[in-house]
Amino acid sequence: MNRLLDIQRLSVSFGGLHALRDLNFHVDEGEIVGVIGPNGAGKTTFFNMISGMVRPTAGEILFEGESLIGLDPNQVTQRGIARTFQNVRLFANMTILENVMVSQHCRTKQNAFGALLNTKGFKEEEAEIRRNAEEVLGFFGTRLVGYRLEQPASVLSYANRRRLEIARAMATRPKLILLDEPVAGMNPKESAELTGLISKLRDDWGFTVVMIEHDMNVVRDVSDRVVCLDYGETLAQGSFDEVSNNPAVIEAYLGRPLEKKA
Amino acid sequence: MTTTAELVTKGAFDLDWRKVARLGGLTALGLVFIALAGMPVGLDSRILIEKYLSLGYVSLLWLSLIMGWLMGKETLLEGMTATRKSSRDAVGGACVGALGGLGLAILGLLINTFDLRDPLVNWSPQTLDILTFGGGVGVVVVWIPICAALGAVGGALHLAPPKVAKATIAAILTVLMTAIFATFIVDVVSPLDFLYSKNRELKLGWALVLAAVAVGFVFSGGGQQLARVKADYHNTTGPAKTRQTAALIVVSAAVLIIIPQVAGKITQELMANIGIFLLLALGLNIVVGMAGILDLGYVAFFAVGGYTTAVLTSPNRGEDWPGWFPTLPWWGALMVTVVVASLVGLFIGAPVIRMRGDYLAIVTLGFGEIIRILFLSDWLNGYFNGAQGITNVPPADFGVFEVKGTDPRSVFYLVLVFAALSIYVSWRLEHSRLGRAWMAVREDESVAEAMGINTVNVKLAAFVVGAILASFSGAIFAAKVGSIFPTSFLILVSIIILVIVIVGGMGSILGVIAGSVVLVGILGGPKQPGLLQEFSQYKLLIYGALLVWMMLQRPEGLVPNVRRTRELHQDEFLQDAWLKGQVDTGEEEPAVEGGEVR
Amino acid sequence: MTAAVRAKGASRTKVDWFLLFMRVALLSLIAIGLLAFFAQQLDPNNAFARWRHGGDAAHTLTGDQYKGLVVTGLSQGAMYGLIALGYSMVYGVLGFINFAHGEVFMVGGFTGFIMANKLDEAGYWEGGAFIPAVLFTILVCTLVSMATAVIMERVAYRPLRGSPRLIPLITSIGVSFFIQNAVILLFGPGAKGYPSNPDWLQQKRSLLGLVEIEGIKIVVIVVAALSMYALWYFVERTRTGKAMRAVSEDKEIASLMGINVNRTIVTTFAVGGAMAGIAGILWGLLFRSVIATTGFLPGIKAFTAAVVGGIGNLGGAMAGGVALGGAESLAPLMLLEPLGVEGASQLRDAVAFTLLILVLLIKPTGLFGERLSSEDRA
Ligand SMILES: Nc1ncnc2c1ncn2[C@@H]1O[C@H](COP(=O)(O)OP(=O)(O)OP(=O)(O)O)[C@@H](O)[C@H]1O
Ligand SMILES: [Mg+2]
Repeated sequence: MNRLLDIQRLSVSFGGLHALRDLNFHVDEGEIVGVIGPNGAGKTTFFNMISGMVRPTAGEILFEGESLIGLDPNQVTQRGIARTFQNVRLFANMTILENVMVSQHCRTKQNAFGALLNTKGFKEEEAEIRRNAEEVLGFFGTRLVGYRLEQPASVLSYANRRRLEIARAMATRPKLILLDEPVAGMNPKESAELTGLISKLRDDWGFTVVMIEHDMNVVRDVSDRVVCLDYGETLAQGSFDEVSNNPAVIEAYLGRPLEKKA
Repeated sequence: MTTTAELVTKGAFDLDWRKVARLGGLTALGLVFIALAGMPVGLDSRILIEKYLSLGYVSLLWLSLIMGWLMGKETLLEGMTATRKSSRDAVGGACVGALGGLGLAILGLLINTFDLRDPLVNWSPQTLDILTFGGGVGVVVVWIPICAALGAVGGALHLAPPKVAKATIAAILTVLMTAIFATFIVDVVSPLDFLYSKNRELKLGWALVLAAVAVGFVFSGGGQQLARVKADYHNTTGPAKTRQTAALIVVSAAVLIIIPQVAGKITQELMANIGIFLLLALGLNIVVGMAGILDLGYVAFFAVGGYTTAVLTSPNRGEDWPGWFPTLPWWGALMVTVVVASLVGLFIGAPVIRMRGDYLAIVTLGFGEIIRILFLSDWLNGYFNGAQGITNVPPADFGVFEVKGTDPRSVFYLVLVFAALSIYVSWRLEHSRLGRAWMAVREDESVAEAMGINTVNVKLAAFVVGAILASFSGAIFAAKVGSIFPTSFLILVSIIILVIVIVGGMGSILGVIAGSVVLVGILGGPKQPGLLQEFSQYKLLIYGALLVWMMLQRPEGLVPNVRRTRELHQDEFLQDAWLKGQVDTGEEEPAVEGGEVR
Repeated sequence: MTAAVRAKGASRTKVDWFLLFMRVALLSLIAIGLLAFFAQQLDPNNAFARWRHGGDAAHTLTGDQYKGLVVTGLSQGAMYGLIALGYSMVYGVLGFINFAHGEVFMVGGFTGFIMANKLDEAGYWEGGAFIPAVLFTILVCTLVSMATAVIMERVAYRPLRGSPRLIPLITSIGVSFFIQNAVILLFGPGAKGYPSNPDWLQQKRSLLGLVEIEGIKIVVIVVAALSMYALWYFVERTRTGKAMRAVSEDKEIASLMGINVNRTIVTTFAVGGAMAGIAGILWGLLFRSVIATTGFLPGIKAFTAAVVGGIGNLGGAMAGGVALGGAESLAPLMLLEPLGVEGASQLRDAVAFTLLILVLLIKPTGLFGERLSSEDRA
């Protein structure tokens, strides 16, 4: 198996707070890795760091053998890592179609002159962008297509916003897709359906997936491997059963008196 | 939106007295301010209706009418109780108006008694004269019934049948417009001369006829027909729509080409000015409206365009230019100007592009000032002649036809070509890869970045496109005026263009066109007179007030971009959509309320 | 915003290279200017100076001239600092630039003009009555400016709370325009002269034998320092001040803690307005003339001062004001003139804006660090 992402001794601190400490982590091509951990464990920070939105204070991130440190987020996306956000951040006033079209920016290249002269290349590329967008949206059944295409993202229900976020990430044609709590706020039926789709992301679309999730059913059902973080450090790694039976993990989850679910 | 608000009936005097006091107080304050700002005196010489009404008096009358109308206005919300429209509204309006009139009356008495002329320039006998209609001091009291009557009319608009209300408004507007735009109307259609007296004052008889025509138009259902045509146009889709749009464009173009042929100099000059500011506004619209970058130093690009053209074409360009420096014809200079403007765009854009949006605004404003100060300075005097400016910029010569300031028609045609070009550019870019990226950056910059958009490049592109459009305007301006001075490029220009874009509708091309026509056409540019020449003293005040009012009441502008409306009225929009059942509630499964739904 | 600081090994884009070039160019220009200045002080006829001045020797700056520039810069800077406090506080609490704050300052200056002239007519602007009269004028100016700021907040900004941050900024531009032109229409467009100050204020007096300062400049500096102290006391020591700091940290949590957010915001505007009012009357006393556009440039420069010092940071605002005043007064003669720029003093305003750009390029959080609520730091 090919090592897709290799993270070595990654650390970051905000002021005095060590959000991540000496984290080692790797993802092989074609894996689905679940990242779990109590609130504030540093999971989102971990994603922010891979996607270039936060710069690590120390450590190395290798993607396909090349370092990502110091790249701007758009360059990271360009190299093939896409992400979703925990607190859904769609372009609320753009239509559903536009949301997915705009995220193909880094895979397309027509410039202003093409648009002004309405060249053949421009028309073809626009058609291609639109076709891709509809294909990606079609992944979620009929929910996001049809009359929906021209509606602003702000009218979508919460679950559909989450789906659109995933579609938007898929449209960047990544190799690795980072999902931050994809089923948060969904009911059991919806999350079961999305769980199925996550496996399909790998099987049908060929993406490698890293997923942060609090819902243990989802994590168990799709993950090949699970990593548990706490206080910015890796507590345990391995199959779901190994990790979930690890005493340190149990303590991290149960040992906290007042825990709120995100 | 249909409301099921419950209706309550209230007695005529069962008013919300606090609201009366508030609106009345505002009316009084407003009227006193208008009087002390000198509008009645300054505008009195402009007679609208022969012997009966001057613009000065109109400045004192309109407020009561509007405040009276506001008094009766209620926002209806689902499930709330509303009051049945009744004579109560008229009474409320009258009370508000009366309070306003009282304010004016007291002002008159005070002017008569005390002398505060020292700080307040309009605390003058002339003002008193207007307030008393030339009679004794006691006459000021008539303002109370006058304003009360106007307020009552304003309030009564709520209870009149919609047609009557519409007819009243149409009549008032028709008469006022015909009177105010007298010069323009006669300039374009000289046979209409007969409506006016020698001094372009509307004759009373014709004023009544016009009012009657307006009323007739409304009652014959003319307004509805117009609305129907508009709705039809909106509802057509596909090739039919393309055909209709094309026809519309051809017709507008034809009208625009013909008007300057039949109209006089005033109109031609006006249209040329509108065009120059439209070009600027279209450029700023790309920067502010589409990419969401608030550039307050936009005038810098206008200045760069003007100066580059002047330096490259004028023999008086300053002595320190090296001997090999070329003198080009206008169109040759334009090519260079575009290049220089893009470079300046990059130069100013690069350092500011990563700043927080509001810092960027102030820093660009700083750049705008720096560039003007440099053009003005002794240091570069040898190049730009400092305050004397560069004179003798030759006309733009196209062989068959020469564009020069003394022939505003030629300027207009040139501007028309460039405006068409800029509109085409804006329209094509809006619906392209770059335009979508601009939108994404405007919505949420860091997410746009995470979705693979190089936000720096995309924003710089907006800067450069904006700079190029502004430099067109500057180049034409140089050829039109024939000379270029630093004082033509004050920050004021940036702000006025911003007002045009905002009043028209940020991000809306049609809105920007409408904004330029209405604002530059009526009020005028920073130095250029509009149709209301008498307003030149007051126009900056009005620009400021408009900016505040638009931001508070209609941030999306007069002709909004659909998208922008949603953004600025998010909550209302969602509520509307919900009422119309448009919001998706998750279809088969009920949506689970996540904690983060905003 | 993308992080400003890059880890090592960062890939630099063209824009980064350009910015690096700008930083280096600006800084080396400053360094060369300073060197040229020192060289010309030592030998006005050195080769560089002759080259830059077309063969002539440079004009050296005498010690007295130099001190004079410093004092001018200091008094001007003190006023910028006072105005900057208002920008800084409002930015700290509401997260937007109140562009119209310069007008609050101008209104203070205008009130001072009216009061001073009325008092002068009544014969109170001289002799023993002068000091009480000035104090009374300062009080009135403070109150009028305070009222202007509070009304502004109520009418124009309160309805916009929570809208995208550029919306209130645009509104405040409109407010600024409106107030400026309203003042022109009400009081006329010309410059308004203050009555002349008593001799003892105009005379130069020696301070510890070191510098000769006009009395009025001492007054400006002292009053500014006192106001700053009062403000510091208010913000750090009183309940209202603590509420203000809490609101600027997090409005929602502050209101959960039982703080009346609305009232606190009004207080912020009022206090900022008061400081601007004091600056306004000081400006009038110093330059003895105001005009409706007086507020524009000092307003923007004061914002610059606030950014230079670190926005939201009150001490920083005052220090930024002094730094800006100093730079503006010294740089033309100490940097530009030695470099052979003609009419360097015309470029004062350009110097101020360049300083703003330089600070934002090199240290975007200002010299003393920003103090902003978490949502504004983004
Ligand atoms: N930009 C930042 N500045 C300062 N502190 C931060 C920043 N981002 C995150 N933190 C802190 O780092 C810690 C880790 O946060 P993170 O969001 O990564 O947690 P998480 O594991 O995603 O939690 P959750 O399950 O609630 O999403 C938290 O204590 C958080 O407050
Ligand atoms: Mg998280």
